[in-house]
Amino acid sequence: MTMRAATLPVQRPHDARLLVVDRHGHIEHRPRHAFVELLRPGDCVIANDAATLPASLHGIHRRSDAVIEIRLAGRQSLDPQDVKRFKAVVFGAGDFHTPTEARAAPPRLAPGDRVSFGKLEATIVRMLDHPRFVELQFHADAARIWEMLAQQGKPVQYAHLHEALALWDVWTPIAAQPVAFEPPSAGFVLDWRSIDALQARSIPFATLTHAAGLSSTGDAVLDQRLPLDEPYRIPAATAALIAATRARQGRVVAIGTTVVRALEHAASGNGVVHAGDGVATQRIGPQTQLRAVDVIVSGTHEPDTSHYALLRAFTDTLTLQGVTDELEAHRYRTHEFGDSVWIERRACVVQGARTSPLDPRERERCPTLGIGLADSHRKDSAMPAVPSSRPHRAGPTLRKVPTVSDELTPVAPSPDKETSHDTRNHPADHPDPAADRRPAKLAV
Amino acid sequence: MIHTPHNLQGIRVALTGGTSGLGLALMDELVTRGARVAFVARDQRRVAAVAAARPKVAGIVGDVSNKDDIYPLAMQISGLLGGVDVLVNNASALGPVPLALLADTECEDFETALATNLLGPFRLTRALLGSLSAAARERGGAVVLNVSSDAAIEPYPGWGAYGASKSGLRHLSRIWDKELASQRVRVLSLDPGDMDTPLHALAASGDDPTTLKRPADAAREFADAIEAALHALRDQAHLEGVRA
Repeated sequence: MTMRAATLPVQRPHDARLLVVDRHGHIEHRPRHAFVELLRPGDCVIANDAATLPASLHGIHRRSDAVIEIRLAGRQSLDPQDVKRFKAVVFGAGDFHTPTEARAAPPRLAPGDRVSFGKLEATIVRMLDHPRFVELQFHADAARIWEMLAQQGKPVQYAHLHEALALWDVWTPIAAQPVAFEPPSAGFVLDWRSIDALQARSIPFATLTHAAGLSSTGDAVLDQRLPLDEPYRIPAATAALIAATRARQGRVVAIGTTVVRALEHAASGNGVVHAGDGVATQRIGPQTQLRAVDVIVSGTHEPDTSHYALLRAFTDTLTLQGVTDELEAHRYRTHEFGDSVWIERRACVVQGARTSPLDPRERERCPTLGIGLADSHRKDSAMPAVPSSRPHRAGPTLRKVPTVSDELTPVAPSPDKETSHDTRNHPADHPDPAADRRPAKLAV
Repeated sequence: MIHTPHNLQGIRVALTGGTSGLGLALMDELVTRGARVAFVARDQRRVAAVAAARPKVAGIVGDVSNKDDIYPLAMQISGLLGGVDVLVNNASALGPVPLALLADTECEDFETALATNLLGPFRLTRALLGSLSAAARERGGAVVLNVSSDAAIEPYPGWGAYGASKSGLRHLSRIWDKELASQRVRVLSLDPGDMDTPLHALAASGDDPTTLKRPADAAREFADAIEAALHALRDQAHLEGVRA
């Protein structure tokens, strides 16, 4: 069974659902509008406010006179004037109605080739180690390039949507600077009512801007190179909020994989999220030790995508397999206009004084356990490492409705902070270990 | 009021209807105060001419009454400016020209007035709200100024299409101002008074221009209002440590 594609460009369908995976691997089903209720005092929510470029352009490859489609895929920075050079994926004639992997190849491309988009011309500056992947330079000033994009560009889209998308379909409600090549679609979960609701619950909301890239090129070799390097900007207010959230031991909830990529890149130096401009170059996967983000809210993704690989930084393979099974069994909709998942960073439990976790799932999330770390945690070995409600079996547990006792019984002390090999290492994480002995409120 | 010369330094302004009348005067006033302006107007030649004479200004061709133009306009505005602190919805349509009694007003003329004066500002504000609220989060506040008219309040016979559309815009502004207060985005509705502009000449060609307000004077008042609203939000944000 494969996942069901969402085929209508409705950003916030009333029946949208949210599959919740808590830090112990428990799975729950919720209506998506309930996501605000999953937040706790002290948490913060960070979203990507990038607006989406109409990055698909049809033009003429002058040397062959062939019609080609260019999908802009990357640029050096977010500077509004820096729009002359783009990385781009090139297709032959055709459009999104043909599945990307079945698209005709473009004519043979070479550096120096000219491409015309109406009155505007561009040159292929160089090939990027693939016959369909080029660096393109437009011959116009920034204002003319923006105008050309506005007049001729279409949002990049795929064959599961039958109707052509307009910009308003792909801009999230918070879309600001147009720098993304595909929508940061996890942000479709947000509307202004939910942002007000966050505020009413004193949950701070902040944004960064990250140039979300293409999710697929239709070419297996090229797809291996995704995600490409993506420029981002983190405002000072956002960096300050994350520091404050850390200091009060709240959770940083990222709306979308692009937020994770930006924040983790910005924190890669010393674990502190620094404000300013950067280019995210890293790949995030099962070996990544998350240092900035505690929870990801994301669309549902199929296992062979880079988005999915990123989720493996949050939880283990078996839990994610359980997630996929649940998504399929409950007919969640996938792709950018589909349903969503909320995945909490797995508690990495060291059971007793062992140097390696009992549960193979834990081993995956604790890749660098060493003697020194185990020693440092030995004093905590008397702590109950696993909440009693967590069954010892390989697959994830499914609880559709939390019971009263689940909600009220303090499963203290919370295992992950006291006895875990926590992957973050900046001091704000652990100002006072005792301060985190709050009840583990499962799944919320 | 006394101005320091650059008290809108670095402020990014989007303005509709910037090739004549109040819009053009306001753009020049804002640029004088240090703002960077992207303006929108329908006529390509006039846009090019106005932009060519003003180095700190970007001209964008589009029609705010056309739904399909709105997002491409918003993309060019925020793309070129890199963000938006202030949006001025100034472009206006009279409806029937010459003015007509409501009972003589063609539906199409009424629709044009609504599309330009009410739907256009609604759509463009909505499309730019991401940019405006981002500016508010990062810099402490953002401002939308909707250009109103005394015809929005007084029921002048012959001004039905214009008056009804401007009345709608005024009320929209007041509601939106309340709804967006939590985002630190202020929505102002201001009446510039009767000015010597092409729009006024269309409506009341018999008026003696020397008795009318000069657009430059109204522009100064509007720039003052924008500045005051923006600085009130941002000073307050600074005090509250929003920018940490």
